[in-house]
Amino acid sequence: MKHIKTLNTKRLQKTVKTGGCGECQTSCQSACKTSCTVGNQSCEHKN
Amino acid sequence: MIHQFKNNGYNIVLDVESGAIHVVDEITYDLIGIFEGNSKEFVVKNIQDKYPEVSKEDIEEIYDEVQGLVDDDVLFTPDVYEERIEDFSKNRPVVVKALCLSIAHDCNFACKYCFADEGTYNGQPRELMSYEVGKQALDFLIHNSGNRKNLEVDFFGGEPTMNWQVVKDLVAYGRSQEKKYDKNFRFTLTTNGLLLNDEMMEFCNKEMGNVVMSIDGRKCINDKMRPTINGKGTYDIILPKFKKFAESRHQKRYYVRGTFTRNNLDFSKDILSLADEGFKEISMEPVVAPPTADYALKEEDLPQLFEEYDSLAREMVKRHGTDKEFNFFHFMIDLEGGPCVYKRLSGCGSGTEYLVVTPKGTLYPCHQFDGTKGFEMGDVWKGVTNIDLQTEFKGCNVYAKPECKKCFARFYCSGGCQANAYNFSGSVTGNYKIGCELQKKRIECAIMIKAATGSEE
Repeated sequence: MKHIKTLNTKRLQKTVKTGGCGECQTSCQSACKTSCTVGNQSCEHKN
Repeated sequence: MIHQFKNNGYNIVLDVESGAIHVVDEITYDLIGIFEGNSKEFVVKNIQDKYPEVSKEDIEEIYDEVQGLVDDDVLFTPDVYEERIEDFSKNRPVVVKALCLSIAHDCNFACKYCFADEGTYNGQPRELMSYEVGKQALDFLIHNSGNRKNLEVDFFGGEPTMNWQVVKDLVAYGRSQEKKYDKNFRFTLTTNGLLLNDEMMEFCNKEMGNVVMSIDGRKCINDKMRPTINGKGTYDIILPKFKKFAESRHQKRYYVRGTFTRNNLDFSKDILSLADEGFKEISMEPVVAPPTADYALKEEDLPQLFEEYDSLAREMVKRHGTDKEFNFFHFMIDLEGGPCVYKRLSGCGSGTEYLVVTPKGTLYPCHQFDGTKGFEMGDVWKGVTNIDLQTEFKGCNVYAKPECKKCFARFYCSGGCQANAYNFSGSVTGNYKIGCELQKKRIECAIMIKAATGSEE
């Protein structure tokens, strides 16, 4: 019997090596302008 | 660090440092809660006592499954980021990649909650940005963006359509420079809709990567807080235009964006009102206001606001896959292609890679600091000259904020809004408690929606 469903395969720690290009959208340029929402931003390179 | 929560019948475990999200059954949820720092014998015995109907073998099997996640670095993952934080905060070179152009320090609305003081930003004169200042701002951006290809320019205000010709001329100028400097401008615009016409829509559809249309939801709510300067309601004027605009963009690359206040703590009704009008991309922000304002949110409102987010999330699950489905900006979460850890740690980039330009050409760390004494950073001719302030903002990251270091949400909000932190705590490395609590709730709801509608590994 399986007791655990894991929703995502991405490992954030792997992006220490692959990330940091800085090309992604600035969070406040999207829609908020009054809060900081980063988790819903997309990576330009789908790292 | 892990964060466990229950929402809408789902038992969810977030492994903060890896970003892994596990949906588990009740027994596993409890077992994970006592797993760390205890022996297998202790954990199994404890769970056996709580669930006497479950065999020891079954509990041991669950224990081994959990241990497998730990071995795979997706549960109780250690923090490998803090020791490297200076490499991607203080030690990184500063490039500017995004400007908010306050193209009009003036507005044709008189919204009662406006953080921009109806476009005057702390009582600055009502004025429009000239083409010359705007052109210099784009040149400043190009020449300070290093090897960044994508440059973002948001036309903001006040109301940017009050300075429409300059908006168009600056877009044309930006485009004319792209090839020469190997840059790609991404223009965006935020409007209240009053002056919006077919020509503007057509131009925006061609040139603007995103548009934000400001409307607060139900007519009675919108008209109470978003009147014209003559005190008249605006809903009936702007709604048909926004519907036409959204359709003309094929329901993509836009947000209808509202603000909720203490006047509409039942703000989920406003979001659903916009959804029922046919909008597919919706944002609704909690008001940012001084605690003395009668419409400011209070800590005692939090339980009701949490329930509003929960009920909205449940409704979105219900509508998933139907023609009534819509996106809510704060429940969007990209579990697979989301930002890298550098982005998640360094936040919004205000005061470093993101700046606001006033009509006079003065630079501030962001639109929320526009006109705030002591936060002038330089101007578009000389560039950033207030290096001390730049250094202070450069050091802003989740590990510089004591409250963030122990918070499960730190890789989703990235430390929150620096301006809110400053306004409510007196320091850009402080916190705005109500904002933090709401952010945490929204993340839980977003994850629950993924659990209810997403795929499994």
